[in-house]
Amino acid sequence: MKNKSKKIVIIGAGVVGCAIARELSKYKGLDIVVLDKREDVGGDASKSNSAIIHTGYDAVPNTLESQLVVASNPMFPKLVKQLDVEFKLIGAILPAINDEQYEQLGKIKEKAFKNRVYDVEYVTKEEIIKMEPNINKDVKGGLIIPREGIIDPFTFTVALAESSASNGVVYKLNTEVLGINVENNKIKSLETNNGNIEADYIINSSGVYCDEIADMVGKSNYTVNARRGEFFILDKNTECKVNSIILPIPTKITKGKLMTPTIHGNMLIGPTAEDLDDKEDKSTTLEGLNSVIEDVKKLVPNVNPNDTIKQYAGNRAAKTPAVLEIDMYDDLEGFVNLSGVRSTGLTASLAISKYVLDLMVSNGLEVKFKENFTNERVAIKLIREANNEEKTELIKKDPRYGNIICRCETVSEAEIVQAINSKIPATSVDAIKRRLKAGFGRCQGGFCSPKIIEILARELNKEAKEINKNVKNSNMLMGKAK
Amino acid sequence: MENIDIIIIGGGPSGLAAAKAAISEGANSIVVVERDNSLGGILQQCIHPGFGLSYFKKELTGPEYYGKFTEQLKGEPIKFLLNSMVLNISDDNKVSIVSSEHGFLELKAKSIVLAMGCRERTRSNIRIPGSRPSGIYTAGTAQRLVNRQNLMVGKNVVILGSGDIGMIMARRMTLEGANVVAVVELMDYLAGLNRNKVQCLDDFNIPLYLSHTVTKVIGKDRVEGVYVAKVDKNKVPIKGTEKLYTCDTLLLSVGLIPEIELINNINLEVSKITKGPVVNQYMQTSKNNVFACGNVVHVNDLVDNVSIESEIAGKNAAKYALGKLEDPAKELKVTTGENVRYVCPQKINLDNNNNEEDIKLFFRVLLPMSNVTLRVSVENKIIFEKKALHVGPGEMEFVTIKEKDLKDVTSPIIIEVI
Repeated sequence: MKNKSKKIVIIGAGVVGCAIARELSKYKGLDIVVLDKREDVGGDASKSNSAIIHTGYDAVPNTLESQLVVASNPMFPKLVKQLDVEFKLIGAILPAINDEQYEQLGKIKEKAFKNRVYDVEYVTKEEIIKMEPNINKDVKGGLIIPREGIIDPFTFTVALAESSASNGVVYKLNTEVLGINVENNKIKSLETNNGNIEADYIINSSGVYCDEIADMVGKSNYTVNARRGEFFILDKNTECKVNSIILPIPTKITKGKLMTPTIHGNMLIGPTAEDLDDKEDKSTTLEGLNSVIEDVKKLVPNVNPNDTIKQYAGNRAAKTPAVLEIDMYDDLEGFVNLSGVRSTGLTASLAISKYVLDLMVSNGLEVKFKENFTNERVAIKLIREANNEEKTELIKKDPRYGNIICRCETVSEAEIVQAINSKIPATSVDAIKRRLKAGFGRCQGGFCSPKIIEILARELNKEAKEINKNVKNSNMLMGKAK
Repeated sequence: MENIDIIIIGGGPSGLAAAKAAISEGANSIVVVERDNSLGGILQQCIHPGFGLSYFKKELTGPEYYGKFTEQLKGEPIKFLLNSMVLNISDDNKVSIVSSEHGFLELKAKSIVLAMGCRERTRSNIRIPGSRPSGIYTAGTAQRLVNRQNLMVGKNVVILGSGDIGMIMARRMTLEGANVVAVVELMDYLAGLNRNKVQCLDDFNIPLYLSHTVTKVIGKDRVEGVYVAKVDKNKVPIKGTEKLYTCDTLLLSVGLIPEIELINNINLEVSKITKGPVVNQYMQTSKNNVFACGNVVHVNDLVDNVSIESEIAGKNAAKYALGKLEDPAKELKVTTGENVRYVCPQKINLDNNNNEEDIKLFFRVLLPMSNVTLRVSVENKIIFEKKALHVGPGEMEFVTIKEKDLKDVTSPIIIEVI
């Protein structure tokens, strides 16, 4: 049995599942399959969050979550270069708007120190106003957290998935786990809507659904509900902007709402925090959106919600008890159970992947580094980022680079075709949007979606009516006109 | 492509009319840059009649209307760059263009005409809460899919907004076999033209609900329904009046916004109300060599008006390129008085010649009114007045004033509806 390769099935192709897949793909003798019930990787919580890479300064000290977030942060600068993903360490500012908040700064700094985030510093009112001219002028002073960063969470997840796929990982999308078969206290196989899959190991990284998967093998001594967060994205042209991540001082009731630039130059404000019974409910609400505006105005009074180009909601996995755990079991060989991965999971994903590997090794998995492992992943060349000479070159090589499909974000046909034919193929309108930003701009796909449907249908050899917005049954069209 | 007199950005009705007038004025070399694979802009998908009644004195479809312009432009010294996208206009007037055929181009001309048109306001712009399934389209996008790509966007449709495209799409969807459940309008009056209500809604028994709005979208993957509620005087939904309309499609006809992002790098003065560049009676922007016309300046109701205004832009862009447009001796502001939302042009330039030219002022009112007087006055003197039976925000009005009446004037011209 020793030489037989181990079959590892990862449930959930979110940022955590893809990071684990990439980490495991560095080693020989592992057959790795990632399953996701959606049509694309990163289609759930990994796409709808605040897109921040945290330092972990405010985590609960001495917890696994704190350990993993703090350990992940320094891994980003190098990894994003290897994966060809945009990332900016723009830093965060915690402005104290009143005396009561000012009093709390000491405690926050102390907590950061306990989390070994040693570079949190006090800043004066004048310094904050200089860095952030649009901040509330009542600001008394604040803290600066230099290593908080912003990333594109969609392309980060896609990049992890593509990199792991280049190193042998197989992605089975549109595949929902219906049951898990256990034999002699050992993982045997999974039942899915696409047939049975044998497994020596199952890694449960299914986010908000982790309790349901764990339940299938009786390892759910917790519950998970969705904690909805509603956000606004503002137009790049909005006048009132910020340069760094502006974080509110948390109150006893809520962590509060922030304002941050996105990696693409938009402004992001939010989120709310509301517990829901329905994990699928990602509706925005009038009350939620209004509360975002109201709260963010306390930090940045002139923020203009009329410049919004999009509102969305994402569901965090709120676990009771609220603790991040990664477990393996003596009485259930081969089951790796992740639970309580919250919004910090985007950051923690990297350290989680290493922790999972270490846990599996200490539970008997034998691994040997692959000599031919490729760290580098090459992103699609974007016409909007090319200078004039590069544009000429790109169009010369592939004339479809000259055919601009998305006018708001300047995305060409060549890029869309590449995304459809990539390692993790984009098969839906939203998948194109997440990878390239086509349809993400101020017209929200009004001009480009008809063309994108055409290109998808052509490249995938489908009829237009078969093209979905995202998951199956989200068809964009209903057949031909008369 | 050297020694270009004029680059016109956009080959829709506005750009075509500008090109035609520029040729008549004697321009020797014009480049029209169009991102689509054919000319005509939005008119290509407007296959219904109703165009040209005032400009051609004849009812035409959209394609027939722009066809008359493209016909006239045959053989003229105009280079049409199709499938070509302008990415930037630099401060030193370089226009950067990409296309599959020509690669990356940088062109320079003596004058530039902005004729990029507008885009539709989206669901996000008006912040409709709820889920985010497929099946939500702006009316213009749906119109393109149905009329140009022969694809059906849905079967049971609610339309929010009584703008012209919304009403025309209500009729189109019905003719294509869909069931239009309702047209819902936030205001207590129609947003579009009354003739469209009669021809597109009433004739097909499609109900119109004024003072109502969509408060929530439901449906996980595809739209399954929308909640519609009555609104109070302040346009706030009234609790308890929400009603669920089952549908698979929501079309939005909730306003248009000039698409001016290309001017980000050339710092033109932009009107906070029209959201388009501020222009004078020559359709000249705050930068002397840059002209603008059509829906990129302000959203028009009829293409006929676009043509008139675009001819002014084209003519003066040609004059500028040929060195025949004089710098103004003085500049007068045109300001809005009672019940006028905006006026275009916002400025009038006067030179020292004794011009006898008529100046047309296009404007929109704030609220519907009956039996009113449209009045233009300056320095307490009425220089134009006419009666109107009815005015409404959905319909553009215009008045004509004479340049000679402004000879000794220095204060702003005021336009009002009383």
